[in-house]
Amino acid sequence: MVNSEVSNGSDLTGITAHEAQEFLTSGKVSSVELTEAVLARVDELEPQIHSYITVTREEALTAARTADEARDAGKAEGPLAGIPVMVKDNLSTEGVATTAGSKILLGYTPPYDAHVVSQLRSGGAVIIGKGNLDEFAMGSSTEHSAFGATRNPWDTDRVPGGSSGGPAASVAASECFISLGSDTGGSIRQPAALCGIVGMKPTYGLVSRYGLIAFGSSLDQIGPFSRDVRDTADTLSVISGHDRRDSTSINAPGQDFARALTGDITGMRLGIPSEYLVDGMEPGVKAAFEKSLETLEAMGATLEEVSLPLTDQALAVYYIIAPSEASANLARFDGFKYGTAVNDVPTAWDVMDQTREQGFGSEVKRRILIGAYALSAGYYDAYYKKAQQVRTLIIREFAQTFDKFDALVTPTSPTVAFKAGERMDDPVAMYLSDVCTIPVNIAGLPAISVPGGMSEGLPVGLQFIGPQMGDGTVLKIAHAYEQATEWHRLKPTL
Amino acid sequence: MAGLWNGFILADELTTPDLTADDVRHIAALTRLGLSDDELETMRGQLSSILKVFESLQQIDTEGVEPTGHTTEIRTVLREDKAAESLQRDGILKNAPESEAGYVKVRPILG
Repeated sequence: MVNSEVSNGSDLTGITAHEAQEFLTSGKVSSVELTEAVLARVDELEPQIHSYITVTREEALTAARTADEARDAGKAEGPLAGIPVMVKDNLSTEGVATTAGSKILLGYTPPYDAHVVSQLRSGGAVIIGKGNLDEFAMGSSTEHSAFGATRNPWDTDRVPGGSSGGPAASVAASECFISLGSDTGGSIRQPAALCGIVGMKPTYGLVSRYGLIAFGSSLDQIGPFSRDVRDTADTLSVISGHDRRDSTSINAPGQDFARALTGDITGMRLGIPSEYLVDGMEPGVKAAFEKSLETLEAMGATLEEVSLPLTDQALAVYYIIAPSEASANLARFDGFKYGTAVNDVPTAWDVMDQTREQGFGSEVKRRILIGAYALSAGYYDAYYKKAQQVRTLIIREFAQTFDKFDALVTPTSPTVAFKAGERMDDPVAMYLSDVCTIPVNIAGLPAISVPGGMSEGLPVGLQFIGPQMGDGTVLKIAHAYEQATEWHRLKPTL
Repeated sequence: MAGLWNGFILADELTTPDLTADDVRHIAALTRLGLSDDELETMRGQLSSILKVFESLQQIDTEGVEPTGHTTEIRTVLREDKAAESLQRDGILKNAPESEAGYVKVRPILG
């Protein structure tokens, strides 16, 4: 069944974080009350949605009480103070189980917080729990979680997208105000599009990856989900900034991204890459996209079609580089250091073979094997090195394009949310869900997906891609577009 | 879904041969990944079709192009060699399936 209705905004859990912050500041509501309301919503909806792997009820209420005390003492500062948030379960949380959606990490409790989790905590945010994901963030539907699939709040017969399906569905269903996901090839933007919310992948290196369970280290980036662009900008301000524990962290001063949100995009030059309008794009998605272009033009932006001929190669580059890096990153799961292990076998080699056979799901195995093959003797030059060279060419192609344009505008996904089970047994079809998002990770660029229309009662996402460190630019354009439209106000009926 | 791939596979003729069961067994051994016979056969088919998708890359001229490892222009990062507090040993060891006397316990791997 398809659910769709314009929210009347009266429900406390359905407002934005900055609206909730106003309530907290004016004393209309306390963080404990806000947290209790969200926990009640979680209890009510989780049987249908399953966006959480772990709900940290007691820890959340303690954090909420601390936030209220800080506010009473005049010490509550920042946009997330007292706000209930969720983090994807591949982000390490000290003392709270972290599974990455995999059986192999059952029983693992990190002895430290990921950098972004520390940033949330020191910003006074209330962490409600850990979000469901495709195992080790490998997938586009959140059906590949060892802890069961997440469903789309707009239609529970459909997937929420992935791999950050839990964090996306949770924000869409008002089971938290803000969440953090990770995006290696579209894992924030595609589920944001399919769930009708805002999701952003920042410039590679803007947000520290310390404590993120690595998938493809040169592609992974952490970013926010929220119900409007302002909340995403505020959250990015909290989680970004230099961290010496991540050697790829960009050493630049912190920024207040909300300052970029002027609402005015007059004279901005937007490119429309023709290669992103792939054959097989659903007509409803294409129609919504064309309508969005008219809106942007009416707002004073200059639109022009542009060609990025290497787009077709980006998917192949990605499906060599990401699995290659994954095969190396996932070598650490050997049954000795953490998680579950098969120990009733004769030798150390058997422990490894059996632990990995039983602990990893089929998508993870597939990617480890393809990556190891691409890196193996005799194939390295033809696959891995070739992919890295084409990656250089893709980066150059984008750089040349940004000489002429402030940002690019594309659909986020060629389809709306698909039916659960539909693409499970066809990895190649599943990989295609990310065709509009993958090139961005190859080049390390910032990109954001915002609600950009509806098709057959389901949300359609609109993506803005910026040049490296153009995070403020994409936020500014996305915010202006959002304020000129009503799509972000639509909410699923649950 | 096939239509979606039309713009993607550029090669006129797909020439990459299918992987053999021995190929898959070899990679599985390299990655210490046990596979059942059924799994091996499924993977063989799926990996073969994924490798065919990679063929289009061979048509791109990359003569003299430097490979990109990651996208930030950061070189080796240096910092002062100064002792600081590290993670607590107990928090780490309690995650190990087997530990003894402050060490992670591993089966003998030599001899």
